[in-house]
Amino acid sequence: MQKAINNLKKAIEKNRPSSAINIMEVCGTHTMAISRNGLRQLIPDELNLISGPGCPVCVTSNRDIDHIIGIIRDYPVTLFTFGDMIRVPGTDSSLQLEKSRGKDVRICYSPLDSFEYAKANPDKEVVYIGIGFETTTPLSAVIVKRAHTENLKNFHIFNTHKLVPPALELLLLDEEINIDAFLCPGHVSAIIGSHPYQFIADKYNIPCVISGFEPLDILQSLDLILKQYNKGSASVQIQYDRIVKPEGNPTAAALIEEVFEPADSYWRGIGILPLSGLKLRDGYARFDAAASFPVKLDNPKELPGCKCGEVLKGILKPHECKLFATVCKPENPVGPCMVSSEGSCAAYYKYERIKI
Amino acid sequence: MCLAIPAKILKITGNRALIESLGVKKEVDITLIPDAINGNYIIVHAGFAIQIIEKEEALATQGYWKEWLDAEGN
Repeated sequence: MQKAINNLKKAIEKNRPSSAINIMEVCGTHTMAISRNGLRQLIPDELNLISGPGCPVCVTSNRDIDHIIGIIRDYPVTLFTFGDMIRVPGTDSSLQLEKSRGKDVRICYSPLDSFEYAKANPDKEVVYIGIGFETTTPLSAVIVKRAHTENLKNFHIFNTHKLVPPALELLLLDEEINIDAFLCPGHVSAIIGSHPYQFIADKYNIPCVISGFEPLDILQSLDLILKQYNKGSASVQIQYDRIVKPEGNPTAAALIEEVFEPADSYWRGIGILPLSGLKLRDGYARFDAAASFPVKLDNPKELPGCKCGEVLKGILKPHECKLFATVCKPENPVGPCMVSSEGSCAAYYKYERIKI
Repeated sequence: MCLAIPAKILKITGNRALIESLGVKKEVDITLIPDAINGNYIIVHAGFAIQIIEKEEALATQGYWKEWLDAEGN
């Protein structure tokens, strides 16, 4: 592997751009892979790798978190969540704190756990937090459809699913950020394929490379980006072709389409992005936990001093936030980017706190 | 969150399949890959198989995962 890395290093060096370029990775798993493998140290300084809003937990709004906390406070429900969500602070509490106060909050490995539990316990109201991008959304679609088919009355989904391509376009239109290329997410693309990114290359002339997660994958993807960039051309390339097909997974994409429809969505730090999220279609609306369990919400308070919003847009690097590694640490996080194992701040704290 | 791990399908029963990855056997849902057959290599995300992949690629990626898990002491 060392030889392959050296060869790629040489290729990247050969294609070194004359001035700095910003390459945004839009997947929390890429962020972790770049930090963990020390890839920033292997590439020329001109390649500025910036993290985008690719950690679903991090971009979930305070309002959604407050709403979920409101539900478990006001209604006797059993809540199923992925582990990353449990420590994310809302305005005045977190799921972990509520669990310590006796609320029934359970961490699941798969959305199926919530469905099976609801089926086995018809006397319990079960709420599953549907979170994630296109990789995870079809899983939610499967269980919602199954709940519909089996006429489960006690299963509910608190849906916060979001879409990657619309968010990328909004970032390109943001004047505060200057993005020259995208390292596109591997497993999101396993579902949606490469076509949904085509408009980024065509309309904005921004190179897009769908990358795998191993060090060699990422280095090779950077090399492909540089080749496009130096030619002044832009296309969508699939480096991760052992997993990603141009057409994606049509079965999964069709299921998303059947159960959900595009809707405006609020992204932490970015605001409301038109048609960047999903809502249940009318035929499945009875499973919507937000509608089934209304709560009175005060205006959510943002976390004082926390710069997660700027970090998620790639305007600030984690260590440029004053709270980073001083007040905000993984054991006592202030913002979600330090909580989630895939958050940029957590990645920098764990692997890049001390510059070599 | 979008982690996905390669595995081999040992036995399909309806929309479930017994799979094996790095010596661990587990049941996953295969609704999203209706064309899967016994012996296929797949990638698994949160209890669901999301894509069928080539054997060589699966084994190569598993090698990387093993290296990473060992290094992290997980």
